Amino acid sequence: MTIFSSQLFMSAIIFGTVILYGALGEILAEKSGNLNLGVPGIMYLGAIAGLAGAFFYEMSTPDPNGFLCLVISLVCAFGASCLGGLLYSFLTITLRVNQNVTGLTLTIFGGGIANFFGGALNTLAGGVGQISVASTSAVYRASLPFANDLGSFGKVIFGHGFLVYVALVLAVCMAWFLNRTRTGLNLRAVGENPATADAAGINVTRYKYVATCLGAGISGLGGLYYTMDYVKGTWASDGTIESLGWLAVALVIFATWKPINVIWGAYLFGYLRWLYNYIEGLGRSSQEIFKMIPYIVTIVVLILVSIRKKRENQPPASLGLSYFREER
Amino acid sequence: MSSPAIHTAPLVRIAKRDGIALWKSCLIRLAAVFLALVLSGLFIYSLTKLNPVDVYKAMYAGAFGTSRRTWITVREVMTLLCIAIGLAPAFKMRFWNIGAEGQVLIGGIVTAGMMIHLGNTMPTPLLLLVMGVASLAAGAVWGLIPALFKARWNTNETLFTLMLNYVAIQLTSYCVSLWENPYGSNVVGQINQQTRSGWFPELFGISCGLNVLLVLVLTVGMYIYLRYSKQGYEIAVLGESVNTARYAGIKPSKVIIRTMILSGAICGLAGFIAVAGADHTISVDTAGGRGFTAIIVAWIAKFNTFVMLLISLLLVFLQQGAIEIATQFGLNDFAANVITGIILFCIIGSEFFINYRLIPRSGKEAKGA
Repeated sequence: MTIFSSQLFMSAIIFGTVILYGALGEILAEKSGNLNLGVPGIMYLGAIAGLAGAFFYEMSTPDPNGFLCLVISLVCAFGASCLGGLLYSFLTITLRVNQNVTGLTLTIFGGGIANFFGGALNTLAGGVGQISVASTSAVYRASLPFANDLGSFGKVIFGHGFLVYVALVLAVCMAWFLNRTRTGLNLRAVGENPATADAAGINVTRYKYVATCLGAGISGLGGLYYTMDYVKGTWASDGTIESLGWLAVALVIFATWKPINVIWGAYLFGYLRWLYNYIEGLGRSSQEIFKMIPYIVTIVVLILVSIRKKRENQPPASLGLSYFREER
Repeated sequence: MSSPAIHTAPLVRIAKRDGIALWKSCLIRLAAVFLALVLSGLFIYSLTKLNPVDVYKAMYAGAFGTSRRTWITVREVMTLLCIAIGLAPAFKMRFWNIGAEGQVLIGGIVTAGMMIHLGNTMPTPLLLLVMGVASLAAGAVWGLIPALFKARWNTNETLFTLMLNYVAIQLTSYCVSLWENPYGSNVVGQINQQTRSGWFPELFGISCGLNVLLVLVLTVGMYIYLRYSKQGYEIAVLGESVNTARYAGIKPSKVIIRTMILSGAICGLAGFIAVAGADHTISVDTAGGRGFTAIIVAWIAKFNTFVMLLISLLLVFLQQGAIEIATQFGLNDFAANVITGIILFCIIGSEFFINYRLIPRSGKEAKGA
């Protein structure tokens, strides 16, 4: 039980992956100028849709096929979160409703839907905490067969379900996409100054819609990973996903809107999150103080970024503003 | 390639309205509320097979069926309204105070701490006064922190206040584990249950009379402050345009700091009302998401405190009603959040039709492309 124990690193990576997905999706949306405060709600939607899909599939056959479990839950989670993103996009882009208000409503709504149907699924499955999608969860948690032979260090690196590695690949791809492709450049232009982008012939509305919906889908995978791996295919209406969702929003700031920074930021947050378990002599009350650290660190980063005013670390300039072509 | 692309006008054009007649905007909002009620009715129908009229009868019984339920509904309305009133000046200034949740909790922590440590040492009216002032101060400090950074370095306040919520939540968890009763339960339990020291007394024979009185005074006061005072005017100008405000000789940093002290203080007071006037305990659920709901209440009411009262009433009615239906049909309480979400989506969506008008393509325009 030291602060360098491999168990701690394992939990840090698992925790980090949930918010890594959430933050990556949010970066994509924010780069298009949409400050989507509905991330917690979207992660909720992804979580419950993936769980429900897997649950009904496992109920329907006596011998669930692992591959089908995977596809069904992935499609359900991604689809449901995209729908959440679509609702947000429709309200903020087409109807030009304020983004913060819409995002918060989406969080209330997504949390409501997920906890409501999560509770209902538990009832269907026979009582509180009874739902379990063991076969699907097993597929998500399956690690490489040789991971256990690699010693504790190898296990920390290779001993995870595949979604952990997908998240890493996704982060690298997104960094490449945003910084090295024409479409990425256009997307950033939309987020920085939609009027200029519009004048340059970029379809602002389409970019915003696609970025926000895809971003929501990616965030939703965080919720899916949470239900399938983090809590091993069960459901508890305890609001954890909501706090994880806000942490993902925090992580975007912490990473100063850069996908590569999100990777180590996510694992650092995960490390800080579980560190209290590994420090001797912390009482239960001081543990609660300890859990504040990720948020305080984020605030400090936010302040430093605003004081230093380095141009590459700033949020997209039109973040949070609706675009209306005829408005000057 | 040779012929130039023919641009036809889109099917519907969107143009900003210059203004809208009051009756029209009311009609649009009513239509939105009606649509929301139909959608929620459908949602409940699909779960319970109750016909929509029975749904709303049952909901009415849940919210106002007995005098006790009525007072609970009123109490909940007052707490939500108090937070919304606190947020109104900040949002009118376009300062995105997402941190009401935290400001309420900080006010609640201070109140609960005083109830525990000062309870039974002084008469309740004096204790209430001390707790009220302390919660105002605590909320003000919690609101002041992001305002200082916003005023000095233009630090993004949306994200700052959001993070402060979680700092406040962890502080609450910390205090709960300090004050837990009985030991090991990790809940504080009813504070001073025997002596009722620091509890709101009955006023005019109503258990939540003091809640109503306090919040209604705030409602009227904030309405006057925003509409008729010089400071309220400064807030409005700053909210419209920072440059205009500067030009008019208004110092933005000063107004931001002053307004956020006020906003945080009232949210802190809401924490005091929630702890001393309703729950008589403290937990991380003391704010219970109302800090977020109140933002939407303040926003869609366009910062008119009397409209906020109506919207709070509608939301709490739906929540209490949904909880009643959930209990009757063995569903869970989160149905209330689903319904809240539906109605809020409808109302915020309707704003579009108030601010913009749709102009269908006329035949002449289409040909003249």
